[in-house]
Amino acid sequence: MATVVQAIRLALHVGEERLGVTDVFGQDVGPPLGGVFTQSQGLKTAWNTPLDERGIIGTAIGLALAGQRPVAEIQFCDYAFNMIDLLKLAGGVSWSSAGDWSCPMVLMTPVGSGIRGSIYHSHSFDAQATRIPGWKIVMPSNPLDAYGLMLSAIADPNPVMFLAPKALLRTKAGRNERIPGEPDDDRTLSKMIDAPLGDRSKWRPDWPDVQDFFIPFGKARVCREGRDVTVVTYGRMVVVATQAAELASAVGVDVEVIDLRSLHPYDWDAIRASVRKTKRVLFLNEDTEVTNFGEHLLRRTVEELFYELYAPPRILAGAHVPGIGLADSLERASVPQTDQVAAVLRELAAHQP
Amino acid sequence: MSTNPSRHPTATPAEEPPLSTEVLLCLHDAMLRARCLEERLIRMNKQGDGFFWVGGPGEEALNASLGLLVHKGCGPEYDYLHLHYRSTATLVAMGADPMDTLRQMKSVATDPYSAGRNFCNHYSIHRWNVAPVSSPIEVQFSMAPGTALANKRASGRGITIVQGGDAGTAEGDFSTCLLWCSRPGHELPCLMIVTNNRWGISTLSSDQLAPKHIVDRAKPFGIKTAVIDGNDPEVSYRELKKAMDYVRTEGRPFLLEATVSRLYGHSSASGANFVPDEPDCLVLFENKLEERKLLSRQAMDDLRAKYTQELLDASKRVRDEPQPKGDDIWKHIFAERDGASKPSPKSPSG
Repeated sequence: MATVVQAIRLALHVGEERLGVTDVFGQDVGPPLGGVFTQSQGLKTAWNTPLDERGIIGTAIGLALAGQRPVAEIQFCDYAFNMIDLLKLAGGVSWSSAGDWSCPMVLMTPVGSGIRGSIYHSHSFDAQATRIPGWKIVMPSNPLDAYGLMLSAIADPNPVMFLAPKALLRTKAGRNERIPGEPDDDRTLSKMIDAPLGDRSKWRPDWPDVQDFFIPFGKARVCREGRDVTVVTYGRMVVVATQAAELASAVGVDVEVIDLRSLHPYDWDAIRASVRKTKRVLFLNEDTEVTNFGEHLLRRTVEELFYELYAPPRILAGAHVPGIGLADSLERASVPQTDQVAAVLRELAAHQP
Repeated sequence: MSTNPSRHPTATPAEEPPLSTEVLLCLHDAMLRARCLEERLIRMNKQGDGFFWVGGPGEEALNASLGLLVHKGCGPEYDYLHLHYRSTATLVAMGADPMDTLRQMKSVATDPYSAGRNFCNHYSIHRWNVAPVSSPIEVQFSMAPGTALANKRASGRGITIVQGGDAGTAEGDFSTCLLWCSRPGHELPCLMIVTNNRWGISTLSSDQLAPKHIVDRAKPFGIKTAVIDGNDPEVSYRELKKAMDYVRTEGRPFLLEATVSRLYGHSSASGANFVPDEPDCLVLFENKLEERKLLSRQAMDDLRAKYTQELLDASKRVRDEPQPKGDDIWKHIFAERDGASKPSPKSPSG
């Protein structure tokens, strides 16, 4: 089965072959490296840019305005903060021109902690991204979702941000379904599409015949059904929530885990249906907690589902500190940990109104 | 930095074939219509008939020349324009209906550029490749390499033209454009124009920018440059054409710096009062036309009176057009279909 990063690469390949992608570009995106996480190896439209994020997003906007189909990469979302105004402008192309222009571009960027990235390679971007109207924003937690969301992102005529949890890029877990058309064997897939170490100047990928699989935006996935508590989450925290749910089930608490997958638009119907069922909800993400995206979801839950709840709705998020420190003890103290999540789930389950 | 418009090294009208009378009269007509339009917009603002004015009175010579020379159309075979909010005369010369500018000034729902959402002179015309103008300074220079790349791939005549002021060249986006348009082996067909009116609101650029000429910054990138008198429409037209022909045939970037005047200050925020001690390109040109007996003073005065009256009448008609409804804020956040290669049915007339 493909890893998340292989799934992204396969989707970009399909994008080039069938969905009109004209450019996959950014720092180190093109040959020989094919991306610092290998996500763009072997792609025929991949090229390297200057070390200039404003030029990357600006050029993507220009390409999109001119009818090309760009997929731009910012190497780490930590480097995207110097171009927020251009992101706003991209998001405003259709609105400010009253629909005269559109901006069909994809911006992909690795997000989140979990690889000892230290202060400048561990930021989240969900709060920033969801504050920019005009963008659709997705974050996969497993290979099949990464594949399907990337295809939908490419096909969408609007600017779409594809936030890739960097700690999950080399993993396969989370959804035990193959990308339709991928080879049965991991080693076969790797031989076909992973660039060799060393000299790769003559290497060409042998792309498997993967099929279309579009995941619509605004549709969450219930990755674990449960009766007692709901946890609404996305990205790397889906893995943490699932592990915490296993810990909680050992003491008789049956947890439902919802992977939003799509932050804008998001699946309010799924959240509402689950909260109505379990009466107890935790919003979980690793972004810093002040004016966090989870706070929006929690606010809406309070307003619209107040009398359905048997416990105050909770958020677990990252600590509001300027960065995630490198030492393991610092990182552990900065983002939600499995045992913390399990403890909150048990508290919620035990809470009586 | 030289502020004397008659001492620019590239302006040698005596050695160049003169522009035809037809072109000269077209230039004058566009410049005059643009000036009358700006005067009407300023009056509308001062009478409470529009919240804010910003525009380009004083830049008509350069901007009208550009508008007449643009290879106009939709898609990468035509020129892309990344303009800023002083480009009124360019749009007038291209054939935009001044009534549409008044619509945007009055924020009516029938404003074809932004449906009442944007400031006046913030144009957006997909069918003419006029990318949406925004207020943030210099951002258009980061986007220009993208359309230029599309022009290059289309292998037609189309080039990308991006324009901004002198103060804005301090922004990183200006460097981005120089750099991205000149990547070795991947040079882009992009004409960068800096209209140098010497000011950034209240700050003199000569207090902030060290280079003697802004074009000096392009030379290390191997970008061809010129500094011209943007207050002279004959020089502007000729030099713009040369620069555009270079970009079209060589497929390489060009940076043109044009000295222009700023005749009504920065915007309504700084009073929008006439500044009498800067060269007025329209007055200077009309004197020449009169001397050469191409247009009489009477004919020019009649034309000005005609345009002034037409715009006054139009400004009254626009008051009757509907304001957008509150619920309209939800329209056009997202495109429903892929429209990047085709203009939407809502494109303005003209």
